[in-house]
Amino acid sequence: MQRIIVKVQKIEHEEEKRGIKKGMKKILSVILAASLMAASLCACSGNKSASSSASGSLSGTIQISGSSALQPLAQAAADKFKETNPDVSVTVNAGGSGTGLQNISDKTVDIGDSDVYAEEKLSSDKAKSLVDHIVCVVGVAAVANPQAGVSNVTKQQLTDIFTGEITNWKEVGGNDQKIVIINRPKSSGTRALFQKYALGGEEENTGKSLMEDNSGTLRQNVAQTPGSVAYIAFSYLNDSVKPLYVDNVQPTYENIYSGKYNIWGYEHMYTNGQPSALCKAFLDYVQSKDFAKTITEKGYGLYSEMKVKRSSP
Amino acid sequence: MKLKREKWKKEYLGRTAVTLAGLFIIVLTLAIGAFLFYKGTATFTSDHHTVAEFLFSSNWEPAQQGSGGKVGAAIFIVGSIIISAFALLLATPFSIAAALFMTEISPSAGRRILQPAVEIFVGIPSVVYGWVGLTVLVPFLAKVFNLAYGYSVLAGAIVLAVMISPTITSVAADAIRSVPNEYREASYGLGSTRWQMIYRVVIPAAMPGILTGVVLGLARAFGEALAVAMVIGKMQAFPKGLLSPTTNLTAEITASMGNTAEGSEWNNALWAMALLLLIISFLFIVIIRLIGKKGADKT
Repeated sequence: MQRIIVKVQKIEHEEEKRGIKKGMKKILSVILAASLMAASLCACSGNKSASSSASGSLSGTIQISGSSALQPLAQAAADKFKETNPDVSVTVNAGGSGTGLQNISDKTVDIGDSDVYAEEKLSSDKAKSLVDHIVCVVGVAAVANPQAGVSNVTKQQLTDIFTGEITNWKEVGGNDQKIVIINRPKSSGTRALFQKYALGGEEENTGKSLMEDNSGTLRQNVAQTPGSVAYIAFSYLNDSVKPLYVDNVQPTYENIYSGKYNIWGYEHMYTNGQPSALCKAFLDYVQSKDFAKTITEKGYGLYSEMKVKRSSP
Repeated sequence: MKLKREKWKKEYLGRTAVTLAGLFIIVLTLAIGAFLFYKGTATFTSDHHTVAEFLFSSNWEPAQQGSGGKVGAAIFIVGSIIISAFALLLATPFSIAAALFMTEISPSAGRRILQPAVEIFVGIPSVVYGWVGLTVLVPFLAKVFNLAYGYSVLAGAIVLAVMISPTITSVAADAIRSVPNEYREASYGLGSTRWQMIYRVVIPAAMPGILTGVVLGLARAFGEALAVAMVIGKMQAFPKGLLSPTTNLTAEITASMGNTAEGSEWNNALWAMALLLLIISFLFIVIIRLIGKKGADKT
């Protein structure tokens, strides 16, 4: 018996050791990731001072982080900019508008992307030092599952749907199908935009709606849930969901440019203080006519075409 | 001199490297803990919320700038607990059965088929589980139970159960394997059948190891973010039942971390949630230790 006890204890001890080993592996991978990150940060700050020679050839590094809604466009801009300026390296990280604004405020990146004005996320003294560069506009469409059988709603109906007053699509002329609201988190810039311009500032019904922040997953949710309704940026629209006309106005950039459709927002690229020569060249390129084609291709709208303007809050 | 250098190469070099690595890991663990503690307590120190409000209030409305919001995280905490508990309830019987099958009933099939299968299971990234859950399980549940949608506690629990069962299975199988053969022989000697031997002798003897596996599974279930978040619907309300949606700690952290600026009340509250997760996983480790100790005392 004594021998058995010793054996059992030994085995248990070994088991414990194995557990620790597993933990160690995890921690090791964390260290590795951390050191890689640190290394990449160092590498960038090393040649941050952009050199711009008289001939116009640029070199250096631009770090961009922030809005995931703007990320595809920022990445496209980075790729195209590198084609003409092979010595420039541009890295784009998504992470959310809050992260982008925070990073640019801390100067850990060169450009911070945001869906909202800096004043809406940062304290006013932090926001003061940031310089706003509006690069495009983005439209937001209310989308429904095709089975709802609705293609147009009035603004009042849209508000009533999202506040929970209307609970069945048949009340707005659609099929007899319960409405399932899929929201974005309250911290989302798209939600703030939608609430302000589509719902006239009315509070959405948070306790009764599903929630999803990732636009791709959200579109999938709407596509597969009968009766569901949500809102996504035009750049994410496809055939699997049905964009709703609001007061008989189709959600298109033409209607946004002319001021008929008002659920849209600016996409911002913020710099901390005036941009360096390199960043300025990049921002100029993003706002140039050359890049306009890419902007519309990617599902964003041109700032230069806007006949209506909005000012910061 | 040459000898000394030889010795250094042969003995001290490796030893120093290993010791330094070990120390570094200890320091890193402590540093992460201290950092989380520092960030996680800001809600209570600089935003002046009480711990009771954070734990027991369900009023979640933190401010994005300044302070003055509400940081009641009860819905998220309850969501995490309920989903993990149900996942465990689903996974444990299956995992123990699988572990028994691959060790006691059919060791050769276990080694050749089940063991590799379990190992592959462990390696599947959680986003795959989440995506399959979202596109297959969620519509399936809606159809079977005739619901408006399948996002629910049950969907989350099923996805988690599939994810944690390999962990429980492999730890339980190790524990069962390490039950000394003398126990089995003694049991047979007393005239028991194989099944009687398994449930009267092997399972009780392996219990501490099995429980360790269960707690490890629970810890993983608690910390899993991506897969669960995709199928529970993230409705900010207490679940009304197994088939109703809810949200949990990890879902809220991943959904809002990037959207909020550091230092804001909202961001601080998310750090407090992260700290809570660390404390909970720490508690689980303590429980594992206690179980191990108790098991050692009993024998």
